[in-house]
Amino acid sequence: MKNMINIALPKGRLGEKAYAIFEKAGYECPSIREENRKLIFENPEKGVRYFWVKPSDVVIYVERGAADVGIAGKDIILEYSPNIYELADLGIGKCRMAVACKQDFCDNRERTLRVATKFPHIARTYYNGISREIDIIKLNGSIELAPILGLSDVIVDIVETGKTLLENDLEPRETIVDISARLVANKVAYKFKNQEIRKLCEDVEALLRED
Amino acid sequence: MNFSIDVLRNEEKALYSLRQLYMQHGYARYKVSKFEEYDLYAGNKSFLISENILTFTDTNGKLMALKPDVTLSIVKNVRSDVTDTHKVYYNENVYRTSGGTDGFREIMQTGLEYIGRVDDAAVGEVLTLAQKSLAMISDDYILDLSHMGFVTGLLEVAGVNEEDEARLLSLVESKNVSAIRSLCAEYGVSEAHTDALCEITSLYEPLKTALPKIRGFVSGEKMQEAYAQLCALAEILERDGDPSRLYLDFSIVNDMNYYDGIIFRGFINGIPDGILSGGRYDKLLSRMGKRSGAIGFAVYLDMLERLEIAAAGEREE
Repeated sequence: MKNMINIALPKGRLGEKAYAIFEKAGYECPSIREENRKLIFENPEKGVRYFWVKPSDVVIYVERGAADVGIAGKDIILEYSPNIYELADLGIGKCRMAVACKQDFCDNRERTLRVATKFPHIARTYYNGISREIDIIKLNGSIELAPILGLSDVIVDIVETGKTLLENDLEPRETIVDISARLVANKVAYKFKNQEIRKLCEDVEALLRED
Repeated sequence: MNFSIDVLRNEEKALYSLRQLYMQHGYARYKVSKFEEYDLYAGNKSFLISENILTFTDTNGKLMALKPDVTLSIVKNVRSDVTDTHKVYYNENVYRTSGGTDGFREIMQTGLEYIGRVDDAAVGEVLTLAQKSLAMISDDYILDLSHMGFVTGLLEVAGVNEEDEARLLSLVESKNVSAIRSLCAEYGVSEAHTDALCEITSLYEPLKTALPKIRGFVSGEKMQEAYAQLCALAEILERDGDPSRLYLDFSIVNDMNYYDGIIFRGFINGIPDGILSGGRYDKLLSRMGKRSGAIGFAVYLDMLERLEIAAAGEREE
């Protein structure tokens, strides 16, 4: 019997783009396109089972083996540093992790820098690297609001076009790291479903090279 | 005493059958106390799986630790004669955090250590026992083998300095070939060496068929030595072990300060994490001022709980 591969997709635009890649690579699952409230979709013929999860949970599903492979943003991987394989860069969902602040902000190194972010681990690693003392303020959304209301001096967040920042009189400063979506795999699944996962990975990479 | 074997839980069955296996092969039981002086661990934190240690103050004011690891206690008490060979096994509970921040846990662990003159035959014996241990738990297992000397040897030949070496090794560990390529370009590693590193990173094959594929990358004394050792082991396992369940996988990486030779990890289908982990840790002994070599492994029996659940799930399906 052929092993089924469990694939965790991040809910939202990125996941849909990623599914489109799988579909084109020959791992389609027509039921996923139907409008309904189902959570799991499978196509036994192609040996795939998809499910949608919260984007930041993808690496947890994969690390713990509930999903064999998954699509996760590099930001999530860096933030949680899960013990998983990172097999391919899909080149979609491209953006960057950057420091942003009010346009007139001028950093004073005599004071502790207050940093608002959804990614405390990434922010701490970055500022440790440049020996800057910081105070992390962990927020779960609307990060841009923090410097405007004086809650923080800067924010560390994902910047795609910079439009949201600009509309709020903020501007991106240093880029911390470039982000894109990655194909990740559970380490044990990679061993026991080696042929299937490798084939999937090769098919996806071949497709990406074509484009 | 009379009782049916069915009353035993998975991990208990494994515990007793492993005990029997190790005794049959001439390993003696080694009993250690539940706690050790904290200093033993403070100096060797990166040898431990997690750096968090459960400590308490003894009545005399000494800082003590509940054992997070058994190997260190055994090594500490071994006499440093090169001629002696110690073959010991243990069943102990250890206390450490696992996976993130969910606090300390008591983990049932069994394992063995081979300390003394470690030659290829000794390594082969330990690997065979690792395979037999896994086979006792489930037929569907895999033992992955790697050689730290092969990977670090390649990085040395490629002219990578120590700091960059650690970064590249962590990418090898996650099989992240695209990031290895860009980092190698940044460090000015030659194309041939970059290709070799990517090749061995994505390699995953039974040891026997993998060896001819990595042969072409061997250069320098360190890699030659590692390659020769892998070949010798392939031969021993062909004879005594199950070669179809022995894979070469260089993404098995361990701390370079303690491990410099063969390292290995065992997996069971249905358990999402490695349940057996081991390797050659001569460097730990030399750090503790002893001249002998050592190799050993531990089996994490607490994970077998998951196997029971997975098996029950399969039956339902």
